Amino acid sequence: VTAIDERVPLLRPAPAVTEDNLFYWEAARDGRLVAQRCASCGKLRHPPRTGCPYCQSLDFEIAELSGDGEIYSYSLLWHPRSPRFSYPVIAILVDLAEGVRVVSNLVGSEPADVRIGLPVRVEFDPCDGGLAVPVFRARAATA
Amino acid sequence: VTGLGGKAAIVGAGQTEFSKEAGRSETRLANEAILAALADAGLAVADVDGLVSYTIDPVEETELARGLGIPEIRWSSRVPYGGGGSQGVLLHAAAAVAAGAADTVVAYRAVKARSGNRFGAARSGVASSSSHSGTTAGQWAAPYGVLTPASWMSLNATRYMHQFGVTNEDFGRAVVQLRGYAATNPNARFFGRPITLDDHQASRWIAEPAIRLFDCCQETDGAVAFIITSSERGAATRAPVTIAAAGGAALLEQEIATDHYSADLSLMDSSAALARQLFDRGDIKRSDIDLAMIYDAFSPILFMQLEGLGFCGYGEAKDFIADGALGPDGALPCNTNGGLIGEGYIHGLNLTLEAVRQLRGDAANQLSQVRTALVSASRTGVILSR
Repeated sequence: VTAIDERVPLLRPAPAVTEDNLFYWEAARDGRLVAQRCASCGKLRHPPRTGCPYCQSLDFEIAELSGDGEIYSYSLLWHPRSPRFSYPVIAILVDLAEGVRVVSNLVGSEPADVRIGLPVRVEFDPCDGGLAVPVFRARAATA
Repeated sequence: VTGLGGKAAIVGAGQTEFSKEAGRSETRLANEAILAALADAGLAVADVDGLVSYTIDPVEETELARGLGIPEIRWSSRVPYGGGGSQGVLLHAAAAVAAGAADTVVAYRAVKARSGNRFGAARSGVASSSSHSGTTAGQWAAPYGVLTPASWMSLNATRYMHQFGVTNEDFGRAVVQLRGYAATNPNARFFGRPITLDDHQASRWIAEPAIRLFDCCQETDGAVAFIITSSERGAATRAPVTIAAAGGAALLEQEIATDHYSADLSLMDSSAALARQLFDRGDIKRSDIDLAMIYDAFSPILFMQLEGLGFCGYGEAKDFIADGALGPDGALPCNTNGGLIGEGYIHGLNLTLEAVRQLRGDAANQLSQVRTALVSASRTGVILSR
């Protein structure tokens, strides 16, 4: 058992960075939300992968995303608990405007306010390893 | 019947006790379960020439063969997708036997999911990309505190509830039935401990609004093993159970316990694809199924599989279950050992064990007239018959 020093706020754990997803996490570190766009058929895809699942092309570009989307599903995670997070964790699936989906967290809202269909916008939260991860905040419905 | 149907049989089944702390290694547990299965089959260690387990099983084939004294292994295999792939060990074994790659295959799973690496622990320090576990949770979920199978699955379950107006109380009605079966199964972790719907609703939230504590399977220590051989050789054994159909359907974007990226997460597409493998390619109909054993790591996936498999329409599982369908006298008796929620969690293989027992007529909660049983683990499944 490792003693946790509660005076030191713990960051989120770093993602497992691989050769195939490095571009995504480097972009997130720089405050940009991106996805792969097939250089052949033009379709977006996420999570990153080596080839296009629609046309099998291995060539891709890195597309900048607007960062706007809406909550497709959510869950308030109560147990078990990691010292790296405050509970309940508000886990969300976000359908981004461009048509890809990401797993993330809702920040800046009370747990009771999360709902399917809630419009959200990306921001970035630091994690271990000098990296950052995309998270989402509710945006006004009229924005 | 096409393909593998009817060519292979389960001729022996064995297990260790299911507990919170086995106090011995997974290899030892596998060794014990396999010896019990061989004794049940009336076969000798020297008859075994094939081995199959899960990719994430910790037992090394070499150590297991040493402990058992298997003189020559001609064929071995492992199946990915965790518990979703659990019934794949029977698909692999039947395929090996049908092809002549092996004569007598041992299919096994040994796990210390309670006293060893707890599946439900919040391990944020481990963020591996795969490690043969078939999931990219370390890359895409761990940084968000989505650390456990319950948390992965709950994101799908919330969408399911939203889509079809299902509540956690609906899930609770299924759990009460499962705990009722477990209460009269001496092999079950929850033997003698039935619950009411109020008990279920009073259990703490794990992942709100989908999963309470009582919606979760029991992390368990133990092992289960089966002996599979050809139907011809099996005919000479005590109580052969025919593998009437076996199938797999791992769809694009699916991971272990998750599929966060398919268009509509309220539908369990893998179950629909599995049903096509099991029912559309053979001559067994849904109405022939006397017993369904359905992978219930968490109660919502029981509902979603019932619908995907076609036993009721999409969104109708809550009414199907409220009408008592899963009970011993219901339309589809289901998980009569208590399921993974009530009996324990040997990663899905104890569901197959219960199907074998029901077909042989020696289950704790024995149904009358069980001739055909389905075992579904969402993306792999078998139909067994006697």
